[in-house]
Amino acid sequence: MAAVQVSEAEKVYIMHGVRDDLRLDGRGCEDYRHMEIETDVVSNTDGSAKISLGHTDVLVGIKAEIGKPKPMVPDEGYLEFFVDCSANATPEFEGRGGEELGMGLSNTLYKVFNNRHSVDLRSLCICPGESCWVLYVDVLLLQCDGNLFDAISIAIKAALFNTRIPKVHISEDEEGVKEIVLSDDPYDCMRLNVENVPCIVSLCKIGHRHVVDATLQEKACSVASLLISVTHKGMVTCVRKMGGGSLDPESIFEMTEAGKRVGKALHAPLMELLQKEESLGKKRQKVGFLG
Amino acid sequence: MAGLELLSDQGYRLDGRKASELRKVQARMSVFAQADGSAYLEQGNTKALAVVYGPHEVRGSRSKSLHDRAVINCQYSMATFSTAERKRRHTETLYPRSQIDIYVKILQADGGNYSACVNAATLALVDAGIPMRDYVCACTAGFVEDTPLADLCHAEESGGGTSLALALLPRSGNIALLQMDARLHQDHLDTLIEAAMTACKGLSEVLDGVVRQHLEEVSVLTRD
Repeated sequence: MAAVQVSEAEKVYIMHGVRDDLRLDGRGCEDYRHMEIETDVVSNTDGSAKISLGHTDVLVGIKAEIGKPKPMVPDEGYLEFFVDCSANATPEFEGRGGEELGMGLSNTLYKVFNNRHSVDLRSLCICPGESCWVLYVDVLLLQCDGNLFDAISIAIKAALFNTRIPKVHISEDEEGVKEIVLSDDPYDCMRLNVENVPCIVSLCKIGHRHVVDATLQEKACSVASLLISVTHKGMVTCVRKMGGGSLDPESIFEMTEAGKRVGKALHAPLMELLQKEESLGKKRQKVGFLG
Repeated sequence: MAGLELLSDQGYRLDGRKASELRKVQARMSVFAQADGSAYLEQGNTKALAVVYGPHEVRGSRSKSLHDRAVINCQYSMATFSTAERKRRHTETLYPRSQIDIYVKILQADGGNYSACVNAATLALVDAGIPMRDYVCACTAGFVEDTPLADLCHAEESGGGTSLALALLPRSGNIALLQMDARLHQDHLDTLIEAAMTACKGLSEVLDGVVRQHLEEVSVLTRD
């Protein structure tokens, strides 16, 4: 991660503030920074979303292609993740510098999103055992100011909501050769049900308390953090401990409860916002980076 | 693409433009707060993002640093196809022993990728406050049946015709880059270069407008 040097005095200052539920920018321990989301920003993808969480900027593009299903699960499609930590975020990511971070991020994303409980993978099947939809999810990190997992997961949820997969049907000719036929109408598409897609909440332990949506400076003061992915019903689907320090079992319990609370509260406003954006229809002025 | 006419009888191109018309250019500076300079540029459907870090101390091997000038390190990459090309350029005698990093990313490619990158990088350098002698404006030009076309889109570039990329310093009229990958009769070369230079001059006015507008916005914010 792009590192920020923090002195001992600054660390003590931050820890004392967190102890009194006051962070550097005036937030409480469980408050998120200002978040801006926009979908359909890249027109040659099947679904895309751009999110700015404070100074963290993430762009997600989803392309749907036809591929062969995995042999263990022939009636399901699957998702492929690629996280590109571009040099835009920080010069340390130049060349192959950002590869390690990118691999770590994509491995976690596979665990969280690529299972049948989050996304209905069966709806991605075209012909069992022969062809299915593969969703290539490409995440582009443009600016890095802490809390990458949360931003990426929210952007993926928004992009999946925005994804339009063309409807296909199988036609069999006289010799029994199956052919996939795309429908003629370009607007005839299938949408994904993103209700059960979880959102990741990262909690960093600073002193004796935990904070949600830590900036790089706060991350430099924490020894360990917990990643929890929560669905809209408050169900926890994945828990990961990151960082070199150790966590007390009691604090893990406390952090899980806080994560569940915060995560559950994130879904409803997000879906509302996405539905509102969609209801604006074609007349919506696309802002992207120009705003 | 073999059935499509690059230039119709009435003089219209595939996307409805006239031969010498440029695509719509929209740009914004200071897109990212954390970088020293950044710019986003849209030329039609081609979208490029440029970020500048520097001048700072030379990272990596010290042997790369020059004692009397700065080293410019550029990386050009395309999103979702992670091929990166790295080039190194030298600059004039300012900022000795330092390095300026320019990272350009194509978000959407629809022809004229390289020119969009150059234009976005120019804006990002201006945004970073690095003194420049002149804007560097780039544009592509092509040739179809004795008519030069300015600012080619992807369909026109891959149509198999001539495609010339030109980077110009508008005030002095000097050409910084001239690149052509096709066969062209030498009689047409001058017309093609003229067309590209006119397109670049037009583009430089747009970029100048963007910089002035950005300056107005920033100075209004800091005044009160």
